[in-house]
Amino acid sequence: MTSYMLRRLIGSVIVMWAVATLVFFMLRLVPGDPIAAMLADAGGPDEIAAMKAQLGLDRSVFVQYGIWFANMFQGDLGNSIYGSRVPVSQIITEAFPRTISLSLLAFFIAMVIAVPAGILSATRRNTMTDNTVSLFAFLGLSMPDFWLAILLIIIFAANLQWLPAIGYTPIDESLWQWFRHLILPAIAIGTAFSAIIARMIRSSLLEVLNSDYMRTARSKGLTPRMLMFGHALPNAMIPVITVIGIAFALLISGAVVVENVFAIKGLGRVLIEGILNRDYPVVQGAVLVVSAIFVFSNLIVDLLYGLIDPRIRLN
Amino acid sequence: MTLLRLENVAIDVDRDGQTRRLVHDASFELDRGETLAIVGESGSGKSLSALAVMGLLADGLRQAEGVIEFEGRDLSAMSPKQINQLRGSEISMIFQEPMTSLNPVRSIEHQLTEGMRLKMGLSRRGARARALELLQEVGISDPAQRLRQYPHQLSGGMRQRVMIAIALSCNPKLILADEPTTALDVTIQAQILALTAKLCRDHDVGLVLITHNLGIVARYARNVAVMYAGRVIEKASARDLYRAPKHPYTRGLLDSVPRLDLPRDRPLSPIAGAPPDPMEELTGCRFHPRCPKATDRCIAEVPAIHDVERHQVACWHPNLAQKNAREAVA
Repeated sequence: MTSYMLRRLIGSVIVMWAVATLVFFMLRLVPGDPIAAMLADAGGPDEIAAMKAQLGLDRSVFVQYGIWFANMFQGDLGNSIYGSRVPVSQIITEAFPRTISLSLLAFFIAMVIAVPAGILSATRRNTMTDNTVSLFAFLGLSMPDFWLAILLIIIFAANLQWLPAIGYTPIDESLWQWFRHLILPAIAIGTAFSAIIARMIRSSLLEVLNSDYMRTARSKGLTPRMLMFGHALPNAMIPVITVIGIAFALLISGAVVVENVFAIKGLGRVLIEGILNRDYPVVQGAVLVVSAIFVFSNLIVDLLYGLIDPRIRLN
Repeated sequence: MTLLRLENVAIDVDRDGQTRRLVHDASFELDRGETLAIVGESGSGKSLSALAVMGLLADGLRQAEGVIEFEGRDLSAMSPKQINQLRGSEISMIFQEPMTSLNPVRSIEHQLTEGMRLKMGLSRRGARARALELLQEVGISDPAQRLRQYPHQLSGGMRQRVMIAIALSCNPKLILADEPTTALDVTIQAQILALTAKLCRDHDVGLVLITHNLGIVARYARNVAVMYAGRVIEKASARDLYRAPKHPYTRGLLDSVPRLDLPRDRPLSPIAGAPPDPMEELTGCRFHPRCPKATDRCIAEVPAIHDVERHQVACWHPNLAQKNAREAVA
């Protein structure tokens, strides 16, 4: 188990390095440059050269890469080169909890809806219940998250005025305010995710319910609850967990878009502003964190496998 | 006392808006502590009959006619909840595929004890103690370690022993064993059968042994019912059945089993043709297309099961079969 964990960790570090490197060079291939964005035609050639030298952008791309990489190992992600020169790590420390709490809340809400919906729809196959769940699942999948976000704002913030339309309150300040600010964006992001998971649970359960071991379990005269939660669901969740791992990417990318609709300054907002301003260090730092979230969630999924399925438990 | 009685049980399947009868008029009975063998090819309806007793027919299948009585109580009149209470505690079942019949993600302990905790009200510790005894009784060494293991860590024979332990765990009165040895190695088959039969005898449990191998039932079953294409076509004591099969199909089955008491170079004579598609209409005796003795009457009329000497046979020409069997043996 330890050696497996070690292998996985080393693999994760390599993936993150590859992502960081790729982003570093791709950013510099994007047309437009940060100096032009900052000076906005105001400076002459001398000012531009001075600025470039000051930011280290006059050196070759590979030297820049080496410096950035070396600094990163010391925990220094550089400073924003646009405007106030705030350290990137500070920007990320502020943005990270917002994105993570938004994604986790969305995940939680999505699962709370998806699991019962999937179970109902599988156990009452081809009934009204099943069709209703399927209908909502397709609706949820077909609605773009930003559109759903706007719809939710119009209904619950603008018309009913139950919830705030924009902004964010840290969880340690007020749990209730935190929840009130995040519930709408979380629903907007989580709906498609929930639909995918509910459909997946349904089809996986249908297969499991027809299996020989379920017949054995029924032959023991167990209660429906024991059959579902003691036998069917643990098996049905194995493929679902794979999909959850992959679909978590959907949550994060959903957060990037929806944060902008709700004016929450999370990683998505940081990323988009950074790209628009050609703020290289900020984009690099934010992408690094996002890739870390991916790698980490996949690691959790792999560990969950071992927990749920003894056949792939590693000694 | 009669433990299990099936009378004229018919099982239908509904598919694509059509209804087809898969089992017609299945009737047999079993006394407490006795063993009854049900023999037939795949698709003959023997497993369906057992599943109907358990109330575990798959979606789309239903018992359309007949009575299933367990200790005089009509199972077909019971609510699903009442049948569920009988399952596991009074009637249990051993399935054909030990490799897939145990839940891969639950430990042996969980699968063996959950029924006892629910049905017998045992504590976790009490159920565990009984589970250890049961594993020992079915011949599993190092039971304490096995309890912690998962199905994939056990061999097929071992898993079937666990299935037997599960079936016995709540002291049932009846066990339905649906081809319990088909998926196992030949050497293990005999062990598992002997074990099942012995445990049922020791615990005074009625056993319905479903098999396609007529050769193995003689040792374990007192009575045999032969099924073909959804009908019981012959019933007799194992001894009478072997000595003088009345139905041409039974005779064919016996001829296609290798025997040690006949010369080795004597070729086996398989039954020509294949069983009819249950979705297809067929007039008369369902065996007539493959029957060497078939006459016009066999094609036109369904033979009812009736007494012939000490057998019950559904055949228009029962004595022909017997005569030929004697010739074959001589």
